[in-house]
Amino acid sequence: MTTRPDQSAGLAVELTDLTRVYGSMRALDGLTLHLEPGELVALLGPSGCGKTTALRILAGLDHPTSGTVTVGGTDLTRVPANKRDMGMVFQAYSLFPHLTVIDNVAFGLKLRGEDRSTRTRKAAEKLELVGLSEHSTKYAAQLSGGQQQRVALARALAIEPSVLLLDEPLSALDAKVRTQLRDEIRRVQLEVGTTTLFVTHDQEEALAVADQVGVMNKGRLEQLAPPAELYATPASTFVAEFVGLNNKVAATVSGRRAEVFGSRVPVIEGSVDDGPGMALVRPESLLLEAGGTGPNATVTSVNFLGPISRVYVDVDGAESVMAAVPSPIAVRLSPGERVTVGVEQTPLLVIASPGA
Amino acid sequence: MADDVVRGTGRRFAVGPYLALLPFLGFLLIFLVVPTVTVVVGAFQSGDGGFTLGNVRALGSDAAVQALWKSVLLSLSTAVIGAFLGALLSYLILTLGPRSILRRATLSVCGVLAQFGGVTLAFAFISLLAVNGVLTLALDSWIGLDIYGSGWLFGLNGLIVVYVYFQIPLMVIVFTPALEGLRPQWREAAVNLGATTAQYWRQVAFPLLTPAFLGSLLLLFANAFAAYATAAVLVSQGNPITPLFIRSALTSEILLGQANLGFALALEMIVVVAVVMALYALLLRRTARWMR
Amino acid sequence: MNPSRGFRVLRGVLLTLFAVYFVLPLLSMLDFSTRGRRGETGRNWDAWRALVENEDLRQAIISSLLLALFTVVLMVVLLVPTMIWVRLRVPRMSRVIEFLCLLPLTIPALVIVVGIAGVYAWVTYFFGSSPLTLTFAYTVLVLPYSYRAVDSALAAIDVTTLAEAARSLGAGWLIVITRIVFPNIVTGVLSAAFISVALVLGEFTFASLLHFDTMPVALTAISKSDAATAIAGALASIIVISALLLGLSFFGGNTRTRNENG
Repeated sequence: MTTRPDQSAGLAVELTDLTRVYGSMRALDGLTLHLEPGELVALLGPSGCGKTTALRILAGLDHPTSGTVTVGGTDLTRVPANKRDMGMVFQAYSLFPHLTVIDNVAFGLKLRGEDRSTRTRKAAEKLELVGLSEHSTKYAAQLSGGQQQRVALARALAIEPSVLLLDEPLSALDAKVRTQLRDEIRRVQLEVGTTTLFVTHDQEEALAVADQVGVMNKGRLEQLAPPAELYATPASTFVAEFVGLNNKVAATVSGRRAEVFGSRVPVIEGSVDDGPGMALVRPESLLLEAGGTGPNATVTSVNFLGPISRVYVDVDGAESVMAAVPSPIAVRLSPGERVTVGVEQTPLLVIASPGA
Repeated sequence: MADDVVRGTGRRFAVGPYLALLPFLGFLLIFLVVPTVTVVVGAFQSGDGGFTLGNVRALGSDAAVQALWKSVLLSLSTAVIGAFLGALLSYLILTLGPRSILRRATLSVCGVLAQFGGVTLAFAFISLLAVNGVLTLALDSWIGLDIYGSGWLFGLNGLIVVYVYFQIPLMVIVFTPALEGLRPQWREAAVNLGATTAQYWRQVAFPLLTPAFLGSLLLLFANAFAAYATAAVLVSQGNPITPLFIRSALTSEILLGQANLGFALALEMIVVVAVVMALYALLLRRTARWMR
Repeated sequence: MNPSRGFRVLRGVLLTLFAVYFVLPLLSMLDFSTRGRRGETGRNWDAWRALVENEDLRQAIISSLLLALFTVVLMVVLLVPTMIWVRLRVPRMSRVIEFLCLLPLTIPALVIVVGIAGVYAWVTYFFGSSPLTLTFAYTVLVLPYSYRAVDSALAAIDVTTLAEAARSLGAGWLIVITRIVFPNIVTGVLSAAFISVALVLGEFTFASLLHFDTMPVALTAISKSDAATAIAGALASIIVISALLLGLSFFGGNTRTRNENG
């Protein structure tokens, strides 16, 4: 991703041992998270994992049962939401319908007592930043979903917050708009340099925009790592299965290496000890060769997806796997053809076989 | 077949299906349209059937103007009181949360009370505040306070107190959807941007609720203005408000010598209610611009 | 929201005040109508007994009950088939019908009464002078509420598809309306019926100005001489109407869940 400017406008954020209990339900179970100044951290996880709860506690819209929230060294746990100097973008419907776009963006500035000309100027700057200057006198109802979210972003940034919070800002939008807007958000965030917490359930989104991705499950943080590291070396089965696709292939581990499809591949930290196991192999790590030295699988179908294709093969005496193959190569394979399946020399996570 | 269920366009016009609507339309014609037209036409007819503006001019007489003024006063005051108290009650029960039994019970009860009026309501207050009403006697014997006085219950002030009893529930029914339409995200966004509770209400909630509030107030006004039964039961003599003036015009022939004054008064009522409903429709369209 | 303790206390106080305000007149009706005579203690139910024993009152009450029944019948027979027919065969008229049905909301009942005298002269000529002739006028008064109830029931089912399916199997229009569409909108029709009964039992304007003896009129007449009985009657009708309207809100919720499971 593009480099960050050296001068960051944000502060460091510490969430320490946050727990949130509702009656008998534990929404958060001892979450500890650190955000560097100017960093964009994505909180990723399935619904109910606690990511939104964590964000709302940071914003002050919810209070933790125990644990602390610290921003820039100051303990904010007891500070009310309207005094926390944070800007938040909600999933939808958060623009004030009775105000024009520019008045929406200037709202926080008005509350801070800035005079009309100053706040209009600042609001106009932020609108320029998100590319919506010519819509400043419209009302929310006249804008598309993507435009509304950009206004919401401008509004959150207008008060020059120390932390920017995004609660699934793209989930309510169409797929095409989503990809455009997430790049927009990242561009703006880098330009302004605010420490940002971005909550989403879409792993592609998280991997695309974040400096670090925190995967959450059942109220706990499973792993916090830069996107590439998260993808290549997942710390647990949950992370491995939640992020990216996996094939499950029988393998045997001995001496920190696993035997898969005739190759010996290094194993990732957290794999099972010597003995039989199940290797999680990414589709792009499988190698397919038509015919080859000794065919061990049959092609069942080829799905064209544009630049790459998904080739499903039945492995002799084992389950079927799916390989991601560049389309120019995949187009030469046909169902029924015999192929040789191999695996790249990238480290794999090997987990316990089911029933073991 | 030509008479199958109508879908799309391009069918040749068939009269048959429209004939089936005749019974209903005929019924409405006789029992709704004819009376209304009779009123409008009758307002301009003299006793012997000729055209005259005398009835309409009589609307300018002291008695008629007084009655209209009192009607407007009654409707406006009960609408304002009902609107504010009803909005307050609405707000209180909404804060109980969507699953509260008390909230649902209150809404159901308001649905019932809003239909009150007429005889039952009048008697309820008579039993409470008349010369030997329950509250009158109680207050008299406990603290020696005479709240009956000279019978204010049976005058304009009495009508105001009694009308409020069904205006408040009506307001709750009509205004609650508008309050429910306040999205929690607006409050959270305002708070996040630094607003105190007071600032949120002043700069976000009130401006958003004002059109609905005014619209509901207009509805309450029209409701009170058109009401007849309660006043008819409480006020046996005299015609302090327009509906009761109409009663006099219908039941006694000695009224300014205008046989058709009743029609003119009724026409006056139609005009007032129509104006109010037109304002209401206008307000509705303004809210729709935002709330889409 | 997380209300503070102070807010909750204030809310409790205000809600109690509202409750007292609304319940007090009802309680006083009960007390007034069951008061003992001078010097007596305990409850006296004479006023309530008079409701059934007084000849004129009993007649009037029966008239009102019959009127409610007749109005519901006329409303169902006239309005429901028309609304179904409009949806199925002449959808272009739906705006017109809707406007006409909601018209009685804006034209005050008092105004209609003023103009209806001539029409009712003819009605009593043909049908006699029983209060039951008010059925026609009352059906007009209940139109807006009945229309809304039946309309939402119709909107909830896909009438056109049901009708097409039935027609393709050979059903005539009468069968479609009575055996296919109607059973599926019964809850809406029942809602309309409940509201209509509630309105008819309490209606005073038409009855008194056209000089018919219905329950509200009779109660008002008797209130001059026997206030206790009048108030007993009023309370009785409140109880009946409330039971109806509360049953209505209960009903409406119930069948919605039934349809979701079915």
